[in-house]
Amino acid sequence: MSQIGLPHILFLSCALFFIGVYGFLTRRNMITMLMALELILNSVNINFIAFNKFLFADKMDGLFFTIFIITIAAAEAAVAIAIIINLYRNSHSLDVDDADTMKF
Amino acid sequence: MSASIIIFYLIAAMILIGGLLAVTATRIFRSAVYLLFSLLGTAGLYFFLDYEFIAAVQIIVYVGGIVVLIIFSIFLTQGSGTSLKQPKFLRMALAAIAATAGCALSVSFINNHSFSGANDKPALSPSVGEIGAQLLSTSQHGYILPFEVVSMLLLAAMIGCIVIAIKDKEPAANGNQN
Repeated sequence: MSQIGLPHILFLSCALFFIGVYGFLTRRNMITMLMALELILNSVNINFIAFNKFLFADKMDGLFFTIFIITIAAAEAAVAIAIIINLYRNSHSLDVDDADTMKF
Repeated sequence: MSASIIIFYLIAAMILIGGLLAVTATRIFRSAVYLLFSLLGTAGLYFFLDYEFIAAVQIIVYVGGIVVLIIFSIFLTQGSGTSLKQPKFLRMALAAIAATAGCALSVSFINNHSFSGANDKPALSPSVGEIGAQLLSTSQHGYILPFEVVSMLLLAAMIGCIVIAIKDKEPAANGNQN
């Protein structure tokens, strides 16, 4: 670990977060929106690991937060894909603009 | 320019280019494959920071689990060949402006903030045994309660997935596929 410091990794995770935000705002397909969400969660994980490594290297709290975020992201992806498949069976479309059955 | 800096920039380029292609690719299956490269790059970053256990978990859960699940759902719904509808230009421009502005704001905050932590303590590179001991310890800094709560969450998510994705019994006349 010579010169790569905390700001380098924070710039990286910041860029990844806003790439995910851009994807979430532009995509209308549900699966690709889910992919953008995974990118956002990944940037958060990178942040936790970087802060743990560079500021609190004697503790392991950031590491546990990362483990729990990965677990919850897996559960969230599974539930989201179950909902997407069920929605596709009913409307034969994955576009979020087509899922307007409950719209008033 | 030492080797670790070059490696860091290679990993960063892999993460960012993979992520950028994942949110802009026109074919949905290619988008999933680019996401795979971005997640692998993140695992490489964890290896670079000496957190081998998190890197292994990242590869197992994200690359082996979530991306495969996404690819399965692509095949179950659309098939790999379909290309996505291009978003409207106004929406793309507004989203790009919002993302760039937010990124610039965050970068300026990071530039101006001086981070200070308990950096004088000796760094420990945690082994799997230490992680497991603290994860299941009931002392003040243990994580046994979140561990149990997240196990309940996983059980609830599993049952919920089955209940949501199960097929109705009515069209069971044409075979017993589900």
